[in-house]
Amino acid sequence: MTEAVVYLYQIGFSIGIFILVSLGLAIIFGMMRVINLAQGEFIMLGAYICLFTTQAGVNFWVAALIAGLGVGVFGIIVERVLIQFLYGRIMDTLLATWGLSLFMVGLVTTVFGPQEAGVEAQLGKVWVGDYSIPEYNLVLIAIAFLLLILTFCLWRFTRAGLIVRGTMQNPGMAAALGVNTRLCYMLTFGFGSALTGFAGAIIAPIIGNQPTMGSFYIAKAFITVISGGHLPLVGTLYASGLFGATDGIVSYFYTQVLGEIAVLLAAILLLRLLPQGITGYFRRGL
Amino acid sequence: MWSMIVLFGAPNAMPKWWWWCFVGLASLVGLIIPSFTGWDVHLDLSIIFIFGMLALSMGFLWGFGGMLSFGQTAFFGLGGYTYAVWGLNFEETTFAMTLAVALPMVVALVLGYFMIYGRISAIYFTVITLVVTIVLEKAIRATSDERFVIGDVWLRGQNGISTVPDLQIPWDPGETFFVTGVYYVAFILMVLSYVGLRLLLTTPFGRVLVGIRENERRSALLGYDARRYKLMAFVLAGGLAGLSGGMYGVWGNFVAPEMMNLNSAASVVIYVIVGGKATLIGPLVGTGIVQVLTAWLGTAGVGQVNLILGLVMIAFVMIFPQGVLPSIGLAILYCLRRVRGAARGGKRPAFAPTDTALRREE
Repeated sequence: MTEAVVYLYQIGFSIGIFILVSLGLAIIFGMMRVINLAQGEFIMLGAYICLFTTQAGVNFWVAALIAGLGVGVFGIIVERVLIQFLYGRIMDTLLATWGLSLFMVGLVTTVFGPQEAGVEAQLGKVWVGDYSIPEYNLVLIAIAFLLLILTFCLWRFTRAGLIVRGTMQNPGMAAALGVNTRLCYMLTFGFGSALTGFAGAIIAPIIGNQPTMGSFYIAKAFITVISGGHLPLVGTLYASGLFGATDGIVSYFYTQVLGEIAVLLAAILLLRLLPQGITGYFRRGL
Repeated sequence: MWSMIVLFGAPNAMPKWWWWCFVGLASLVGLIIPSFTGWDVHLDLSIIFIFGMLALSMGFLWGFGGMLSFGQTAFFGLGGYTYAVWGLNFEETTFAMTLAVALPMVVALVLGYFMIYGRISAIYFTVITLVVTIVLEKAIRATSDERFVIGDVWLRGQNGISTVPDLQIPWDPGETFFVTGVYYVAFILMVLSYVGLRLLLTTPFGRVLVGIRENERRSALLGYDARRYKLMAFVLAGGLAGLSGGMYGVWGNFVAPEMMNLNSAASVVIYVIVGGKATLIGPLVGTGIVQVLTAWLGTAGVGQVNLILGLVMIAFVMIFPQGVLPSIGLAILYCLRRVRGAARGGKRPAFAPTDTALRREE
């Protein structure tokens, strides 16, 4: 019985991480069709902002929110300086954001040095039989699902969400109906960045911060969003479920690297069978 | 690209006499340089040639097959490790180098089958190859435990293998190529692959490949199996990247997971976009420029070369998406037209249409 609970926890935790790291990309790549290779560096930036605000004595949860806001603002700046010229040139967004990613890693290494610096672990542990599970990880799973549900509700049930979805589907028509599409693109990119930064802050206590930490998550995020298919949020949920379960089980029994390889193989097989992604045959949804 | 076609002829046409002169002259210069320079120069130039082959494999696939593959870096690393492992196990390097070409080709065949025959879109192709590279690097990094042995060779995880054997002279296995020898081998291989790919483009295969890049559906409707051609190009480029990786192992007697991390993948992309992806000579020139630039930045005391490379990459994507060579070509063409226009006393001709006007939506 306790074993089953521990397995469930492992799988849930792994799914939670997948959702956290790919949610921002689901908006930026899935909805806006901007391949943001600097996504991992946005996560890194969120983790660093969280680190410095907690060191300044701010409560961790407040620091995480500040990190989200900070990366959101950074995202808006990036959109103004770089991305706004590249809409529709999808390959160029990939190359330009890759340059940005190199630049950010270089900058952070120069300013803060290459060494690791961790945010303190939060909360205590709970005991399941002989196994101890950090409470924080359980909270992380809850936060991941909550963020996904909140984003879904925002897009599905609010007027702002309706405008954003309309603009992404047909910018010309949206503009004709009086929507400021430039502002809309800018804010959506900022929102995606903010989610990414917040995810970075939430992840920070479980791994050490270092300038190259983004590369740990970039592969996970892209596999998830691509395999999800054309419905960014639902696709991300299903793909996270599938890959999170694969990763959780394989890493639990073998090693983390094997878990990642298993996820990659699963994704390649999946794309051979369903080239349009998991939601390829879904007619509508979000 | 348009400027290059007007100035130098279409890349699918048979090369003209001056192209042969250019190649002959360049080969001559390349072959006599070692007589006048020291070992340090040979080493620096060899690595440019080796990375040049890698850039060539990506430029060929991207510029002429329309497939941007970051897997080239993975094949590069795979080639290096194959050479190291076989060479150390059997103390024989000619076959090891052959295997360093063959194994990446097999991997490219399998991987390419799943991607290309799955008809995934160009974007997904790019991202999947990138992910494959990242995961392969992680897998190699995880082999630091002494259990990870192939034959007698311990893979050593992130420390890399630093005892990669020298390349033996194929017809005299007792002797090995030393610094200057490696220079000659690298140079000759680079020239051969450049000339080979250039001539390949003039064959029906090359023409169909470019046709597929222009319009895949139309080529398929004309009866060409687009997926087969794309897969063949992918396998070929994989082999070239593997060869380059094997030579890299020979060059530094060292292979490490860094060969296939995101930074080296980024450098190859930078070589290609700086030089210009629409030509085959572009990636080679780009490699030269960027390698010299990074070496200079390293000695100039700039702490993080990545910082500068990132900016270079952004600048080229935003300002010179065609790369250096086609942009220079465009400028020359513009001047030529102005001079001719003035000589005729006619109106100033309109500016030549740029690539962006002609280029299809990617």
